[in-house]
Amino acid sequence: MIAELGRFLIALALVASFAQMALSWVGASAGRDAFARAGRAATLAALASSAAAFALLIAAFIQSDFSIAYVAGHSHVDKPLFYKVTAAWGGHEGSMLLWCGVLALFGYGLARIGPMDVNLRTRAVSIQGLLQTLFFAFLAFASNPFDRLDPAPLQGLDLNPILQDPALAFHPPLLYIGYVGLSAAFAIAAAGLIQKTPGRALARALRPWALGAWTSLTAGISLGAWWAYYELGWGGWWFWDPVENASFMPWLLGAALIHSSIATEKRGAFPGWTIFLALLAYVLSILGAFLVRSGVITSVHAFALDPERGVWILGMLGVSAVAGLGLFAARAGSLGEGEGFEPTSREAFIGANNLLLAATAGVVLVGTIYPLFIELAGGAPVSVGPPYFDAAATPLLMVLLLLVPLAPFLPWANGGAKPALKQLRAVFLLIPVAATGIAFILFGAPVMAVIAGALGAWALCGAVMDVANHWRTAKSRALRLALSGRTLAHAGLGFIAIGAAADASRPADVNRVMAPGEAIEIAGRTLTLRDVRRADGPNFLADRATLDVAGGGTIAPERRYYWAAGQHTREVGLGSSLAGDLYLSIGEARPREDGSAAYEVRAAFHPLVWMLGLGALMIVIGGLLAVASQILIRRGRQEGVA
Amino acid sequence: MIKARKRLWIVLASAGVLVCAAVLAGFALRDAMTFFHSPAMVAENPPPPGQRVRVGGLVVDGSVARPATGGADFTVTDTLADIRITYAGSLPDLFREGQGIVAEGAFDETGLFIASRVLAKHDEAYMPPEVAAALERARVEGAGLPAAGHDAYREGYGRSGS
Repeated sequence: MIAELGRFLIALALVASFAQMALSWVGASAGRDAFARAGRAATLAALASSAAAFALLIAAFIQSDFSIAYVAGHSHVDKPLFYKVTAAWGGHEGSMLLWCGVLALFGYGLARIGPMDVNLRTRAVSIQGLLQTLFFAFLAFASNPFDRLDPAPLQGLDLNPILQDPALAFHPPLLYIGYVGLSAAFAIAAAGLIQKTPGRALARALRPWALGAWTSLTAGISLGAWWAYYELGWGGWWFWDPVENASFMPWLLGAALIHSSIATEKRGAFPGWTIFLALLAYVLSILGAFLVRSGVITSVHAFALDPERGVWILGMLGVSAVAGLGLFAARAGSLGEGEGFEPTSREAFIGANNLLLAATAGVVLVGTIYPLFIELAGGAPVSVGPPYFDAAATPLLMVLLLLVPLAPFLPWANGGAKPALKQLRAVFLLIPVAATGIAFILFGAPVMAVIAGALGAWALCGAVMDVANHWRTAKSRALRLALSGRTLAHAGLGFIAIGAAADASRPADVNRVMAPGEAIEIAGRTLTLRDVRRADGPNFLADRATLDVAGGGTIAPERRYYWAAGQHTREVGLGSSLAGDLYLSIGEARPREDGSAAYEVRAAFHPLVWMLGLGALMIVIGGLLAVASQILIRRGRQEGVA
Repeated sequence: MIKARKRLWIVLASAGVLVCAAVLAGFALRDAMTFFHSPAMVAENPPPPGQRVRVGGLVVDGSVARPATGGADFTVTDTLADIRITYAGSLPDLFREGQGIVAEGAFDETGLFIASRVLAKHDEAYMPPEVAAALERARVEGAGLPAAGHDAYREGYGRSGS
């Protein structure tokens, strides 16, 4: 019953999305208010039916309804309730339903609080309807989470144990609100091109959407990195894996977009580029979905691998890219000519920021799909690993970091570096920067890490100077919010740079087979294995090792065996302090010749790793403050109109 | 200032950055690219010792030795030839006999592959595409046994040496 109702609801959402597209289109073209209103109603229908379908899917998981193939593939009777719920988006079909639901949510959002120009809003709702139609069709015909399994098995295959972690509750939803939220910027940009809206007005209309989506994407990616760090036990937080890159490319373009739209809105600089970015960011999100879900690229992250789905997503990618970029090619002239500016103006620095972010995205894209091209060209299988990205992307990001603190001190349009330099009192900045650099050198960090650490301190100091100098001139609440958002985010970037630099210069990992009573040493800390005991959970068996840290404290990593999936996982044990994290994982038991049990222990020390988390959090809060400021400004504008 | 001149410096600066990025990417790509070699390819044409490559195949049943001092030794096969691999680190949790894995590292002079990284997938049903392709080639060429029983590297060396 649930399955049938679920299928029906997905079909309903598909029809509603189509109606939303068609009705709103007529409403915007013919200026008929009745059609526009019907289109708005359709957005609600699409959202409500996808939300109901999602609720049904969760219900099917809670009931362990293994007659539904997706549930049977991702659940198990013994799995804790929490993971039964989160498993609803733990696999391909369910996460696709989440994707569609987020699209519908933004469709509804555009209809309710979209651009203030009524025709532009109606047109944007129609474009969003097109995007929804594509994805709901994919969901209904090629990835239906409610497909039946006949005969129904008595037991499910269980959710991949690595996904049985609280982070699964937040990481995918935030990530999807991020990537899929960029669809709203796409819809507004495309609608503006159709309506021949001037670039400045268009940048103003899409800016809050881009900001909101990008902030969520930041949160989602950071949570994912944190998850990889403590759950996967690989001893790192970023691996330049294709799946990570798939989310990083839209993030880079989103970051470029939220900056360029400021210059376009305030000064009318590079309107064409801003709109182009808005279109491209969402196209890259779909490209990411293609890379992750079609199985064309070797990645250590798992996802349903199905060439047929790949063809579907490629089709959707093609339609979105051709529609968006074709429209851009045909109508870019209507955006109006960009205003000029001098090399020392703020526009110029925002332009440089965009250039560097876009170049980084390009470099990441090349590294990610290069193996695919070689293979298509009939060459030998090849892989492009982290060394490429470290060598090619990091220098670009470093130059970017060098420019970040300067931009807020530069005047718009005619520019002039003199007042900026005076205000900056650059000499005072250089003291902490040099101190950080020297500290890194003393710890024996590699050259790149020394530079990155110093640049991080530079960005931090710049953010402090920024807020100190500009707080008094920020007269309204909205301006103060915007300023706090900007400085928090830029300071967060500084923390991330220092944290990443520290992690890159960490001591080598220690890999040792240990018996109880034996000790290892890492980063000057002595760890003694006290014992290994059983610590079984509801759906797994576990060995928990307890290690004493000399000078106080214990760390208890676990090795688990999930019997339903027949799979081992590691629960990393962390000993956190201001200096950094002691990071321990245990592997399998290795009996010694004398019969005593010994265990494989991997120990690492990640210095200052908390700075990465703090930095990400600051960027997210900064993004939220910027969104709040946009809301206030818009409210002011509406009152001004009324 | 004339508008065209204002445009010019923007275009020049952008072109400069993009050229730099392209050059960086080009050099990095040349250095960081690792080629995949299936056991059959190694038997055909072994890479020189010390060159960073990826190899992969199915882990041969019963070939995995886990010495008490840590690390692991095992053999992978594509049913045409085998590669002996040693790895000093901790094997991934999904590493299992009979499963497709990819290892990154280099051959030493004796034909032993010294892995610095072993990749097994999160998903147990997953087969790395390179390994799947290698097995498919082997199937087409008509071998069927789970382990070929001859060492790819030595065979390759014997061939190229003769």
